[in-house]
Amino acid sequence: MFGLKADWSHEVFDRYFTIGDYAGGEARWCPGCGDHAVLNAAQRVLRDEQQKPELSVCVSGIGCSSRMPHYMGTYGFHGLHGRALPVACGIKSRRPELDVWVATGDGDCFSIGTGHWIHAIRYNMNMVVMAFDNAIYGLTKAQTSPTTPTGFKTNTHPTGAIIAPHNPLTITLGITNASFVAQVVDWNPPLLYETLKAAYRHRGTSFVRIIQRCPVYSDKFIKELQGDPSRFLVLEHERGIALDESVPRQFPQRVRHDPSDLGRAFQIAADTSRLPLGLLYYNPAAPCYEDLSSQGADLTPRQRLAGLETVLDRLTI
Amino acid sequence: MTTATQAASAARARASAGREAKILREHIVEIVSDSGEGAQKCGQTFGTVSAKMGNGVWTVEIIPAEIQPPARSPAGASGIRIRFASHAVTNMGDEADLVVAFNEQVLYSRIVNGAYREGTLVLLESKWRDDPVPEIREQYAKAVVELRENGLSVHELPIEQACLAIMSNPRRGKNMFVLGMLCYLYSRDLDRAKEEIAIAFKRKGAEVIGLNHQLFDAGHAFAAEQLDFRFAVAPQPPEALAGKRFIVTNGNQAVALGVMASGMELVSMYPITPATSASHYLADVYHQVGGFVHQAEDEIAAIGFAIGASYAGKTACTITSGPGLALKTEMLALAVMAEVPLVLVDVQRGGPSTGLPTKVEQGDLLAVLYGEPGDAPKVVLAAATIEECLLFVIMARRLAETFRTPVVLLTDANLATGVQPYPRPEPSAEWLAPPIDQSDWSEEVPPYNWDPRTGLSPRPIPGMPGGQYILTGLAHTCQSKVAYDSDSNQLSSEMRSRKLAALASTLKPPSVHGGEDGDLLLVGWGSTLGAIEEAVERARGEGLAVSSLHLRFLSPLEPGLKEIFARFRRIMTVEINYSDDPKAPLINADTRRYAQLAMLLRAQTLVDVDCWSVVYGHPLQPGMIHGVIRERLAAIDNAGDA
Ligand SMILES: Cc1ncc(C[n+]2csc(CCOP(=O)(O)OP(=O)(O)O)c2C)c(N)n1
Ligand code: SF4
Ligand SMILES: [Mg+2]
Repeated sequence: MFGLKADWSHEVFDRYFTIGDYAGGEARWCPGCGDHAVLNAAQRVLRDEQQKPELSVCVSGIGCSSRMPHYMGTYGFHGLHGRALPVACGIKSRRPELDVWVATGDGDCFSIGTGHWIHAIRYNMNMVVMAFDNAIYGLTKAQTSPTTPTGFKTNTHPTGAIIAPHNPLTITLGITNASFVAQVVDWNPPLLYETLKAAYRHRGTSFVRIIQRCPVYSDKFIKELQGDPSRFLVLEHERGIALDESVPRQFPQRVRHDPSDLGRAFQIAADTSRLPLGLLYYNPAAPCYEDLSSQGADLTPRQRLAGLETVLDRLTI
Repeated sequence: MTTATQAASAARARASAGREAKILREHIVEIVSDSGEGAQKCGQTFGTVSAKMGNGVWTVEIIPAEIQPPARSPAGASGIRIRFASHAVTNMGDEADLVVAFNEQVLYSRIVNGAYREGTLVLLESKWRDDPVPEIREQYAKAVVELRENGLSVHELPIEQACLAIMSNPRRGKNMFVLGMLCYLYSRDLDRAKEEIAIAFKRKGAEVIGLNHQLFDAGHAFAAEQLDFRFAVAPQPPEALAGKRFIVTNGNQAVALGVMASGMELVSMYPITPATSASHYLADVYHQVGGFVHQAEDEIAAIGFAIGASYAGKTACTITSGPGLALKTEMLALAVMAEVPLVLVDVQRGGPSTGLPTKVEQGDLLAVLYGEPGDAPKVVLAAATIEECLLFVIMARRLAETFRTPVVLLTDANLATGVQPYPRPEPSAEWLAPPIDQSDWSEEVPPYNWDPRTGLSPRPIPGMPGGQYILTGLAHTCQSKVAYDSDSNQLSSEMRSRKLAALASTLKPPSVHGGEDGDLLLVGWGSTLGAIEEAVERARGEGLAVSSLHLRFLSPLEPGLKEIFARFRRIMTVEINYSDDPKAPLINADTRRYAQLAMLLRAQTLVDVDCWSVVYGHPLQPGMIHGVIRERLAAIDNAGDA
C-alpha cells in the first residue's frame, strides 16, 4: 500500500488507533456492573471504525451509567441529570461532522429526561443513544425507576414498586421519526458490539435500550432474567443485527422479524413476557434535523456580512 | 358623495390645507381601539414617516390587558403611542396630547393609567351615537359627557361613515384613513406616507395598496374639512443626525440584529412573551447570515441545546423571559461551572410566576445574579436603549468567549416593544465570531489552564487533536477531573470568580449625568435611562442639584461607585421592581425590603442607598420620576444633612 496514495497513507499509518486511544480514566463502576461491558463494546466499535478520538463526543446525564464519558478517550460532556439529549443535539446542530454517543440511565432518560427523549427521537439527529436500563436508580442508591418491575423492593417503595413500569420500546417506536430502535443485554458482548456498531453506522438517532446488570441494587431482577432464557426472543433478519453463534446458544428462542415492519415491531415490543433482542425497527430514510439546523454553517464571514447589510437595508429609513 | 358635495369638500380641503399649523417641539399621539382594528399598523407607519422626516421618535404598543377582550371594553384597549419631537426621544413620555379613539370605552383604561391630561385632544369615532343597540347609544352619550368633565377636549367625528364611501368593511380600512387624518394634522410628507403604505401592504398586492392609498387620501381630506387646528413638529437639527443613516426597530429586533452581527449562528428558544418576537424576526431573516432558530421542547432543552453548540465551538444564544429563566437555572449554573461561553437574553416581564406576561418589570436582576444554588459568578449586562440591545449582544458574545463564561443580557418589555430610529450599525468582520479553532492542543496544557491572577484559560474545542477532555458539572481540577477534595473546589471556585474581577479591571467608572456632585444621585439600570435623564434635566432646569448614573454592567459592577456616591448627599435607585414603601404599615428600617439594585449597591458599597420603585407594569415616565425627585429632595432638606 505504501506509495499508492502517498498523500494520505502517511496519516493512516501514523494514526492507527488502538483501544487505548478510546480509553480515558479507569472505570470505577462496581465489579460485575453491566456498564463495563457497554464501555468496552463502544470502544471496540470506535477502534474498528478507526474514528479519530477528537471527532467523537460522549455526552451523558447523571447516574452511574452517565459516568461513561470519563472512561472514554474522546471528548466528553458529563452534564445534568436528564439533560444529555438536548446537549447532544446542540453539539450536532452546527457541527454535524462530530460524532456523538449518549450515555443515559433509565432514570435519566425515562423519568427526568422524558420530554427530551421524546423530542430527540423526533429530531432524529445522527447519534447513538445508549439507554442503560438497570431498572433502578443506581447512583442515588436504589430508588424506584420508571422501569422497576411492579413489586420489586426499592428504598422508596420498600414493599415493592406500586405502579406498572414504562415500556421504553413501545414508547420510542411510537415517536415520529424513530429510525433505529434496538434492545440488547449487556451480558452478551457479541450482540452488544454488533448492535452498537449497527447503531453507529446508522445515520439518525439510534436508540438502544441496554438491559444492564446492577449486582448491587437490582441483582434479583437480573438474576431472574438470566436464569430464564424463555424470557428473551432474538430477532433475526438480514437487515437486522448480525448474530454471533453465542447468541442462539444463550437465547434459544428466535423469530424472523423484518425491521422495516413498524406494526410488527410494536407487537413484539408490547409483549413484555418475552424481551426482544436485536433490531426492532429501522428506517434509514427518516430525515435528520441537523440537515436543517446546520444550514449556513459554511458561510464565509464576507457572505455573513453581506447578508447582514441586506437585512439592515430593509430597516433603514 | 355627489359631485356637488365632492366639489364643496374639495374646496374646503384646499382652504384648510393652507391653515396655519401650530409649531410644536414635540407631541404625544395615541391611537386606541379594540384589538384587530389596525391601530398599531397605523401608528407604526406614522412613526416611520416621522422618523424619515427627521423627528426623534419613540413608539410603544398599548397591549390589551386580556387575551380575547370583548369589543368596546376598557380591558380591550389596544393601540399605540407615538412620541415624536424636534429632538431625540428616549422614552414614551408623560400624558398624551392627542388621541384617536375608535370607541369611547377603550379610553377609560387609558384614563385610569394616567395617559391623558387636561386638554388632551380626543378625536372620537361618533358612529356609536346612532348605534342600533340602545345600551351602546347610552354608554356613548354618557362617556362623552364624562370625558369632557375629565377635561378632555372631545371632537366627535364620523370616521367610519366616511370610510364607507370607499369600502364596505371599514373595520379593516379605518386605520389608513386615520393615518391620513394624522398626516394632515401634523403636516406630514404625503409622498413618504404613501411609500410607507405601499411597503406595509407589499405582500397584499397593488389593488390593496391602491385601496389604502385611497383611504389615506380620504382621511387627509376629511381632517382638513372637519378640524380647525393643525400642527407641525419640525425635524431635529441636521447636526443631531450628523449625516448618519438610521434604522428603525424595536428592542427585540435589535437583539436579533445583535445576534446576527455577533456571528452567533444559533438561537435556541422556547416561546415566551415578551421575548418571542426576537425569534420571530430571526426566523424571517437569520438564514441570510447563515443562522438557525431552534425551537426546543422547553426552556431547559433550549439552553441545553445552546450549551451543546457552544461547547462544540459555536457560541450560541438563548432568549427567554422570567418563567423561562427560572427553568434555565440549572443549565446556567452548569455553564458557569464548566466555563462554557453562552449568551442568555432575558427580556424581563412582570413576575413572580406567570405574572404580567406583556408588561414591563426589572424583577429578574437578583435571580440572574444569585438564582443558582451555590456560587455561580457570571457576567450580567443590562441594555438601557434599543440600540444597546443590538450592541450589547455583540459585546456579550465576545465577553462570553474571552472570559469563558455565560453572559446574561437583561432587557425588558419596554425595550422589546418600543420602536425607535437609531444609527445604522456598521458591522465588521471583527464583530463576528472567529472560525472554530481546530489546531492541535498540546497535551501538556490542561483543559482549564487557569491563569492564577485572572482565572482566564484557553478552551479546547471538540475536533482539536489532543484536546480531549471531559467537561463536567461536578467539582473538578484544572484537568477537568472530578475532584471532591477541599483544595480543588476552593481553587476552581476562586478561578471562576476571579474572572469577574479581571473583567472589572478593564471597565471605566460610569459617567454621571448632570452635575458631578449635589444633593441627590439617582441610580438606574436598563430601560429607565431615558425617563430618568429627562426627569433629571427637568429638575435641574428648576435649579435642583440632582444627577443620575446608569449602570450597564451589573456583574461585575462598574468600578468607582463608592467615590461617586460620596459626592452626593443622598443616593437613590429608581427601578421597576418591588420595594416596600418606607411609609407603609409595619415597614421600618428592620423590615423594609429594598429594590433589587439598591440591595446590590448597599451590599457592595456599604452606602445607605435608598430606592424608589414601583411595579405598575408600565414604563416609568419622566413626570413620575420628576415628582419623586422633588419629594425626596424636600425630605432631605427637612431632615437636614442626611
Ligand atoms: C436535578 C437532579 N435531581 C436529582 C438528582 C439526583 N440523581 C442523580 S442520578 C439519579 C438517578 C440515576 O438513576 P439512573 O438514571 O437510572 O442511572 P443509574 O445510576 O442507574 O445508572 C438521581 C435521582 C440530580 N443529580 N439532579
Ligand atoms: S451501583 Fe449498580 S449501576 Fe451503579 S456502578 Fe454499581 S453496579 Fe453499576
Ligand atoms: Mg438506572
